[in-house]
Amino acid sequence: MPRDGLVRSVPALTLLAMLGPVLAGLWGTVLPALGHLPAAGETGLSGAPFARLLDWPGLPRAIWLSLGTGLAATLISLGIVALIVAGWWGTPAFRALERALSPLLSVPHAAAAFGLAFLIAPSGWIARVVSPALTGWDRPPDWLIVNDPWGLSLIAGLVAKEVPFLLLMTLAALGQSDGARSLRVAQALGYGRVTGWLKCVFPRVYAQIRLPVFVVLVFGMSVVDVAVILGPTTPATLSVQIVRWMNDPDLALRMTAAAGALLQLALVLGALCLWWLGERAAARLGRAAVLRGGRGWADPALRAGGLLAGAVSALAMLAGIAALFLWSVAGFWGFPDALPEAYSLRTWTRAAPGMADALADTALVALAATALALMLVLGCLEAEHRSGRALTRRGLWLIYLPLLLPQTAFLPGLQTLLLGIGADTGRAPVIAAHLVFVLPYVFLSLGDPWRAWDVRHGRIAAALGAGPWRVLWTVRLPMLLRPVLTAAAVGIAVSVGQYLPTLLIGGGRVATLTTEAVALASGGDRRAIGAYGVAQTAAALLPFAVALVVPTLVWRNRRGLHG
Amino acid sequence: MADGLILEALRITRHGAPLVALDRAIAPGEVLTVMGPSGVGKSTLLAAITGTLAPGFRAEGRIWLDGQDITRTPPHLRRVGILFQDDLLFPHLNVAENLAFGLRPGGTRPDRLSRIEAALDEIGLPGYGPRDPATLSGGQKARVALMRMLLSEPCTLLLDEAFGGLDAALRQQMRALVFDRARDRRLPVLMVTHDAEDAAAAGGEIVRLG
Ligand SMILES: Nc1ncnc2c1ncn2[C@@H]1O[C@H](COP(=O)(O)OP(=O)(O)OP(=O)(O)O)[C@@H](O)[C@H]1O
Ligand SMILES: [Mg+2]
Repeated sequence: MPRDGLVRSVPALTLLAMLGPVLAGLWGTVLPALGHLPAAGETGLSGAPFARLLDWPGLPRAIWLSLGTGLAATLISLGIVALIVAGWWGTPAFRALERALSPLLSVPHAAAAFGLAFLIAPSGWIARVVSPALTGWDRPPDWLIVNDPWGLSLIAGLVAKEVPFLLLMTLAALGQSDGARSLRVAQALGYGRVTGWLKCVFPRVYAQIRLPVFVVLVFGMSVVDVAVILGPTTPATLSVQIVRWMNDPDLALRMTAAAGALLQLALVLGALCLWWLGERAAARLGRAAVLRGGRGWADPALRAGGLLAGAVSALAMLAGIAALFLWSVAGFWGFPDALPEAYSLRTWTRAAPGMADALADTALVALAATALALMLVLGCLEAEHRSGRALTRRGLWLIYLPLLLPQTAFLPGLQTLLLGIGADTGRAPVIAAHLVFVLPYVFLSLGDPWRAWDVRHGRIAAALGAGPWRVLWTVRLPMLLRPVLTAAAVGIAVSVGQYLPTLLIGGGRVATLTTEAVALASGGDRRAIGAYGVAQTAAALLPFAVALVVPTLVWRNRRGLHG
Repeated sequence: MADGLILEALRITRHGAPLVALDRAIAPGEVLTVMGPSGVGKSTLLAAITGTLAPGFRAEGRIWLDGQDITRTPPHLRRVGILFQDDLLFPHLNVAENLAFGLRPGGTRPDRLSRIEAALDEIGLPGYGPRDPATLSGGQKARVALMRMLLSEPCTLLLDEAFGGLDAALRQQMRALVFDRARDRRLPVLMVTHDAEDAAAAGGEIVRLG
């Protein structure tokens, strides 16, 4: 094959786009954390930033919150997913659940969190539906459900959002392991389906979804937008506090923020070590259980529990989005009424001008970042194909790296660096920052279908006289239209949902639907929040609809492409 | 060098270990049949000739086609046609477009369209141009794949168990179709097969590998 300089340079370029900002950001965090921040008139080495961090009275609690919410959310999500799949995989109930959960994957975290808040708050939809009949309330009770000091609603919000993610990852992994036959063998040996699945399929599947599980853990420990909406306030989680320090007019507090960012990084690494120990312990327990040979007396309860938990998490998200929508079109809606008294479009007309601006920024950033990501990923996959060198394990870790480091650990540093060179404004840096997070997801989404393509189609095309570029453009891309569009939709959804990169790197000058929505959190204007939440969800979901419909239309007369 | 396909001391190694070797000349219009147990490297041998060896495999020696050394030529410039057991029609193109993909570039649009229509006639599928390949029968797909390859005007023909997926009657029909076309066009043919009847029908020399 002809040496192709352009294609060969793409993997290096991709790594640079993905890891460059991460490394620069970490560097930009270390310096101020050690007392070097010329912008604030401080140079040299000092322990002052860490001293000030330790002086913050909320620190111990913030640390425990970060660890506790992250670990709990990950464990619960993984447990629910394992039980659903173990108990129901291959049944109609499972397919229904899968169909309900898949679109929820792309709902932005902030919208999901607002939806949950609208459901479970003392004046939320659930309370309204059961009041006053069951509770006797005619005023919302004075309970702190949302923003509870234990972070329980934060955990719930994370679980609802991560169950669809882990479920889809598990399904992809299942496609590659021979789970169905193993389960049949286990059942023939007298095992119940949950126990049989957990003992003989889960270990294989877990090995494949390990990195996504780590992503969930890191995300849960360091998330900002969900924690602002659902998390405790006095004190807030460490990540939220870091962002507050970053946004303080007093530049010196950025050094405290940097120290906090390093602490956050250390916490995440510590939690990953803890998780790793947990994996080993679980493996030992699992081996012991295999040796005991128990056939699963608790199976029926586990099955029911898995289905219930899965259904509740899917319903909570769907009902939450419905609640957002209701509020956005609600006229007067007094407390114990289950539905608004009147409906109006006033909220939408009032929000329209600002929302149009936010939508334009959202679309620009998302489309630009996704287009760049698609070009880079297609280049990488084509280079992989032409050179015949498949992605290694280490390569996979590199792709996951931006998702395995807490955003709060390197984005503040990146902002400080950009500020230092006067490049902290405008959309280009925001697009570059989004690209860091869009790239891994686009890569992961497109990689498998791209590699699953029967390369003999390419050989035949070459034998018919088509060069590598013609094969790419006229055979491979058209045949893979559906996965390419799906990967683009994933990229757009990821970009639409980004909060911290837009907030910090945009320096307040780039306002997307997500930053605008989260900014409304403190105000408590439910109607505006509802409208922005719905807009955000629509912006993330619409591309998936396009990815679903376009190939169906384009290839409506091609049965071979609807596997 | 003479016309035809000449494999000059062709040796294929996998990660340095020898896999198959062949030193043969196939004259225009002749068929060389290669047989051997599964896994000896028959498909790999053909991949070396088309220039699409999988990573880890290396070919030594030389490949000549009609007097030209194609050992280092990129696959799409070799003019080596190949048929697999699977038809591998492009699922996103209709039957006519699949043929158009194979047809050598050049000529006006109406001219190309009429050549495609004539080609469809020749394989007994007149009017099948707008059809989705997924809606054809196995035998029809095999004929379209053959015609697509012939339209690219290859200088040699490689068959990798090309008749393997067809039932006995269809198999005979396809064999006749392929060998007649190859003889008419004076193409050297290298056929890999498991089937002794294929070998007998080809009538040429038989090499056993492994
Ligand atoms: N893409 C590949 N990567 C690695 N090894 C391969 C690849 N393709 C084939 N092999 C190996 O090379 C050897 C030869 O394979 P090849 O497909 O040429 O056999 P074959 O003679 O055509 O067998 P069959 O009659 O079953 O088609 C086998 O051991 C096979 O496992
Ligand atoms: Mg073979």
